[in-house]
Parts: sequence; C-alpha cells; structure tokens
Amino acid sequence: MSRKTFRLLWMAGALCLIAPSVFAQNDTPVDSGATAWMLTSTALVLMMVPGLAMFYGGLVRTKNVLGTMMHSFVAMGIMTVLWVVAGYAMCFGPNVLGGWFGWDPGFVFLKKLDNSILDVGVPEYVFSMFQAKFAIITPALIAGAFAERVRFKSYVVFISLWGLLVYNPLCHWVWASDGFLFNLGASGAIDFAGGTVVHISAGISGLVAALYLGARRGYPKTNMPPSNLVMTMIGGGLLWVGWFGFNAGSSIQSGLSTAQALTATQVAAAAGAITWMIIEGWHQGKATALGLVSGILAGLVAVTPAAGVVQPAGALALGVLASFGCYGAIMIKNKLKYDDSLDAFGVHGVGGIIGALFLTFFIRPSWMQAAAEAAGGSWSVWQQLGVQGVAVGIAVVYAGLVTLILMVVINKTMGFRSSVDQEMQGLDSAYHGEHGYGILNPS
Amino acid sequence: MKLITAIIRETKLDQVREALIQNEIERITVSRVSGHGRQRSEEIYRGRKVVPNLIPKIKLEIAVNEAFVDITVQTIMEAAKSNPEELDDPAEVVGDGKIWITHLEECIRIRTDERGSEAI
Repeated sequence: MSRKTFRLLWMAGALCLIAPSVFAQNDTPVDSGATAWMLTSTALVLMMVPGLAMFYGGLVRTKNVLGTMMHSFVAMGIMTVLWVVAGYAMCFGPNVLGGWFGWDPGFVFLKKLDNSILDVGVPEYVFSMFQAKFAIITPALIAGAFAERVRFKSYVVFISLWGLLVYNPLCHWVWASDGFLFNLGASGAIDFAGGTVVHISAGISGLVAALYLGARRGYPKTNMPPSNLVMTMIGGGLLWVGWFGFNAGSSIQSGLSTAQALTATQVAAAAGAITWMIIEGWHQGKATALGLVSGILAGLVAVTPAAGVVQPAGALALGVLASFGCYGAIMIKNKLKYDDSLDAFGVHGVGGIIGALFLTFFIRPSWMQAAAEAAGGSWSVWQQLGVQGVAVGIAVVYAGLVTLILMVVINKTMGFRSSVDQEMQGLDSAYHGEHGYGILNPS
Repeated sequence: MKLITAIIRETKLDQVREALIQNEIERITVSRVSGHGRQRSEEIYRGRKVVPNLIPKIKLEIAVNEAFVDITVQTIMEAAKSNPEELDDPAEVVGDGKIWITHLEECIRIRTDERGSEAI
C-alpha cells in the first residue's frame, strides 16, 4: 500500500467517525442569546468556588489557610470528574430504584449530549456544565463546618461519596422533570436555584459533621483569629457577583424570568447586608466587615430558592429575615458551644430554610394563579407552605442521615479527625507541606 | 531579672504556648522570624526540591524574675522538642531551635512607672 492510499483510507475512516456528529443535527435551533447568557452564568458560578476558598481561607488561622482553600479547590477537580462519569446521569436521567435517583447510560461521559439542543435553544452541554458547578460548590460549602481539623484524604473520600449519595439524589428529586419534589403539590416545591438542594443540604450536613467530629482543640476558650479578613471580603465580593450566574442563570434562558431573578438577588443581598450591619451595630456597638459580608451571604442564600417567584419587596423582606435568623443562629451556637467553625449551618442551613419557607408569603400573584389553575380551582399560600415544609424536611432528614452514616464509616475506617499534633501544627504543614503566608517571612 | 529568648519550630508554637500558660507564664512576646541554623528543610514545588536559605521560625521573648528562669526554660524545652519518629523526613530532626538567656538590666511598666522585678 502506497503512502498516499494509506493516507486517503485513514482520512475516509476519520470522516466516518466524525460524520454523524457533524451532519446529524438536532431540530431545535440554537438560541444564541440564551446560550450566551448560560455560558456566562456557567463561568460565574465556577468563580464562586475560588470566591468561597478566599472567603473561608481568610477566616481560619494562618497555619490552616491553604488546607482550607484546598477544600474548595479540590472539589472543582473531583466533582467535575464525578459529574461527567455519573453525576449528570444520576441527576437528570429517568427515575430508577423507585425514584431514589435517575440513571441514563447515555449520559455517562455525557455521550448523548454531543449534538443535543434543549427545547429552550441551549446546547445540553452548557446546561450540564452549568449544573456541574452546583455539584462542585455544594460539598465545598460543608467544609466550613469542620474547618481546621480534618484529614485531607478523608475529606476527599467524604465529598466524593457525599456528592454521589446526597447531592445527586436531592438534585434529581427537586430539579429533574420526574423527581418527586418537582411534582409535589400544585406546581411543585419551589426551589429556583438551590435553596434545598445546595444550601439546606450543605448546611445540615455541616452541622451533623461538626457535632460528630467535635470542636477544634481549645475551642471555645482559645482565641482563633481570622488570618486575613481582606481576603474574606474579596471572596465575599466574588460570591455576590457569581451569585448572578447562580440565580439568574437558573432560569435557563435569557429573558423575563432571568431579569426577575437577577433583581431579586441584588435586592436580597443588599437588604441582608444592611440588616446585619444594623443588628450588629445595635448589639455589639460596631459594624464589622465580617458582619456586613455575612449579611450579604445570608441574603443571597435566602433568595436562592425564591429568586424565580418573589418580587423586589419580597426579596427585601427575605434579606432582612435571613440576617435576623442567621445572626440569631450564630448567637445560639455561641451559647451551645458546638464548633461549626465558619458557620456553614448558621448561614447556609438557617438562611436556606428561612428562604425556602418564607418565600411562600411573597410569591407573585401570577404564579399563584397558575398554581390554582393547575390544582383545579384554588391553591392557597398555606398549601404551598406545606409543600415547602415537606421539601425542607425531606432535605434535612435525608442529608443529615446520610452524612452521619458517611461520617461514621469514614471515621472508623480511615479516621476523619486530624491527630492532636497535626491540628496544632496546622493543616498546611501536615497535609500539604507548604505554608500560605510565606510572604510574611523573609526567605 | 533575665530575658529568655527562644527560637522554635513554627509548628510547635501551640504546644509551647499551652505548656507555658499551664505553668502560669503568660506574659510573652511572639514574632515570626527567619533564620539559618544547621537545619536543612526541603520543600517541594511542582516536583522540584527547594532548600530555602532562611527557614521560618517563631521567636518567643519572655522577661522573668530569677525564680522563674528554670521553670520557663524547662517548659519550653519539653514542649518544643520534636519526636523523631513523628517527622516525615529523618533529616528534619535538626531544627528544634535554641534558647538563650541574657541579663536584663532594667524593666519598666509604662502605665504605672514601676521599675525592676515589680514591672516584670
């Protein structure tokens, strides 16, 4: 065989391989406006993960800054790979095992997505990657509850299993078209962008983990000052900006509901910020930087489930309620003396529950009318509150229970808690062999 | 009066501080310093071994009356000594640090104008 014929044959073979994907077109045209916004949102939500790393990293002591930031960064690696292998299939495949999660073998390695366009005109790849970012940030949020005291290896195993066994089923129940919470009541449990799936599940899991693992050595007697609040402020800022992707992107379009969600997000964050500032100014005498940024987060968390259904006045109310609730929760934590180190439960758990329940009172009338029609006549606020309560209850019980099982199993087999020496020496040196604030020392 | 200066490993600060507090030695000054002794400490950046010329250490300064010299020194020594079996790298065994004791001429508490042992 001459070289030339070989090359021709090779090219023909390559064409056969490529051809189906080039020529088999999906009938739906791509809506470039919606796709552009969804691509932007996907990037914005990913930006929240380094934002969270900075937020958490600044709050821990100097010796743990890298270990804490790694908890967020490693999630970007692990959860993305798991998402491509099994996550998308488990979340958005059709019900299996009585609806525990979904499964579609075609979604493994995202095979079926190669030329699939969703009905809304957005390539399914974009939707899948957008959703993947939620699967990344959720386990990373939990890390705040047990910061400064867990083994890196065990953490990696924990978030992998947690993603598969807690996040994926919850995501399927709430957001897949055949998920049972998606179809609860007249028009489903309302969780626009992940109040239940992301914040409540992460917050409760964090609380369970913090209680199971026990407090950091010396807590609460020893002073544990934040290493760098400037970094925390920058991280909080990145989270706010990224949240527009998180909430407004969850409309999966670029239109009216995107605008509604974006506005609600901005208003709730602002209301949360100033509410926290006022509470703190009145209670402690000074408005702190950490307080303001905590208020921003509380507002953002509370509006997450609600962004699609509340109007600006409702978003404002949710921001105010969230700051009161989260501030109160942290005061109670300080009384009870359990060590939710960076308040993963205090902000995400409590804020998420407040948002998911209280949004009921601020739903825009047109949504309630549509729900009433779907229910065949009438649908009251109280009925919807019941649906919301069921969804919250299920998320709390399921996430809490599975997290407890994972904690026990991992702690018994490989040890979850750092040794006393490692904890005193710091995670950076013990697990990563580096230090984060080398800049402070001449070298 | 003596001034006790101790240079210890960064990773031992918690142990030393807790031990000192337990022995009621609570007035101390701590700073981050870099230095060069006999220790070789390797760090790995992208697979390349790097031996920093100056190694980060913690410096403690404690001014004490004569009666407290021995107990302070003993406490620091016990807490700052590392267990060779727990170190990842046997070469790291060098580097627990040093203590030196100097005579302290005078000590003044600014707030009250007290001088000498009273002001320690």
